[in-house]
Amino acid sequence: MTRRVVITGVGAVTPLGIGAATLIERWAAGECGIEDGLGLCRDFDPLEFLSKKEARRADRFAQMAIAAAAEAVGQAGGEDGLPYEPHRVGCVIGTGIGGLPSLEENQRKLIERGEKAVSPLAVPLMMGNAAAAAVAMRHELHGHCYGVVSACAAGAHALGDASRIIRAGDADAVVAGGAEAAITGVATAAFGAMEATSPTGISRPFDARRDGFVIGEGAGVLILEEKQAAEARGAEILGELLGYGATCDAFHLTAPQPEGTEAARAIGLALADAGLSAVDVDYVNAHGTSTPLNDRAETMALKAALGERAADVPVSSTKSAIGHLLGAAGAVEAIATVEALRRRIAPPTLGWEEAEEGLDLDYVPGAAKPIENGDGPLVAISDSFGFGGHNAVLCLSA
Amino acid sequence: MATAVTAENVEKVIFDGLVELGTERDQLAREATLEDLDVDSLDLVELAQIVEDEFGVELRGDDVKDVKTVGQVIDLVVSKAG
Repeated sequence: MTRRVVITGVGAVTPLGIGAATLIERWAAGECGIEDGLGLCRDFDPLEFLSKKEARRADRFAQMAIAAAAEAVGQAGGEDGLPYEPHRVGCVIGTGIGGLPSLEENQRKLIERGEKAVSPLAVPLMMGNAAAAAVAMRHELHGHCYGVVSACAAGAHALGDASRIIRAGDADAVVAGGAEAAITGVATAAFGAMEATSPTGISRPFDARRDGFVIGEGAGVLILEEKQAAEARGAEILGELLGYGATCDAFHLTAPQPEGTEAARAIGLALADAGLSAVDVDYVNAHGTSTPLNDRAETMALKAALGERAADVPVSSTKSAIGHLLGAAGAVEAIATVEALRRRIAPPTLGWEEAEEGLDLDYVPGAAKPIENGDGPLVAISDSFGFGGHNAVLCLSA
Repeated sequence: MATAVTAENVEKVIFDGLVELGTERDQLAREATLEDLDVDSLDLVELAQIVEDEFGVELRGDDVKDVKTVGQVIDLVVSKAG
């Protein structure tokens, strides 16, 4: 019998504030969390979620993952946590970069004061699997546990992998998501050097004036459960992860394949995995980075994958409100997608005003618009693409 | 210039160091066990760095592997300096 995967908890730390509800409510209201060209989580105080010792032993991306996971586990399981045998619960948390602040700080100590000044915590703080390890330790999860590293597709890959673990029967629940906090000197300089980030500091995906992404930070964590088990325990089901598709451009280290051929294939695979077709899609949560290359290639990919449906379906980018959360983006955007479907709205692509030739989809300018398609569950595609040509696409419903 | 290695100075540096590492100050006492304070091997390595910076006394993993209480850590630093 086919095992299906439902979502029973969500948690987020984003530039719009703490909590998944804050994220969707503020984005849907047209509010933007970007200030001075950065998507910083200014409201995040780690000591509200961690002891002083826990906070010292987690880099910022892992701290945010712990906070987001606590919210998600609390929603799914209440104070007692997830009601499964701990070996049947996994934890998969993606990140693009890991604990870059710790790496930079210890590199500085090494240069200035020598080997003996380097912290014994440097490796466990910087390692890309640190968030997964910390969340598993906090909630005593003993199943599959690892980090996923695929640049800006990591959050979506983590959710896709987690759903596969459940469908394969290796777990009944997985705490899954993505986390990133890499707004450091090296990262901002490096993204600037490759002209990936916006020199004007404005995130306006799909607009003719777009000039790069705005770097953001944050975390998103979802509780995925096997559907029958979740129903049997009476859990509130927020949505379903219906399908997952992943491909690689194998084209260029950073640039997307210009026609979005492999991205389109990943969208098609996600729909096929869900047993659906293009006409079933009610909303697309785009990768929509605000870079000239991505937004054009993604528009072409959507047209190729969805055919005539592409002209009618609303397509919007969460990055217009929070910037690009890199390895956290796919998870945070999956949460935004499910919460948008639950409210039966397509939130807006903030700042979109000027069309560009060929970029002619409904990017939901101005304000959120209702999705009208009866009373049943709505279906959405959430795209995530990463440097390296990684394409990970989720098909979600709520 | 390293700080003079007196029992009083070492106690102050180690107490302050443990607070910095996340221990509650009101739990600190010479008799407190590292286990009760949740001070583990990683904390001890960090504490050893603080001690070496302050007093120039080097503590290695083997030196502290049998240490049970905060007082024993303090005594160890004082004896190694002597």
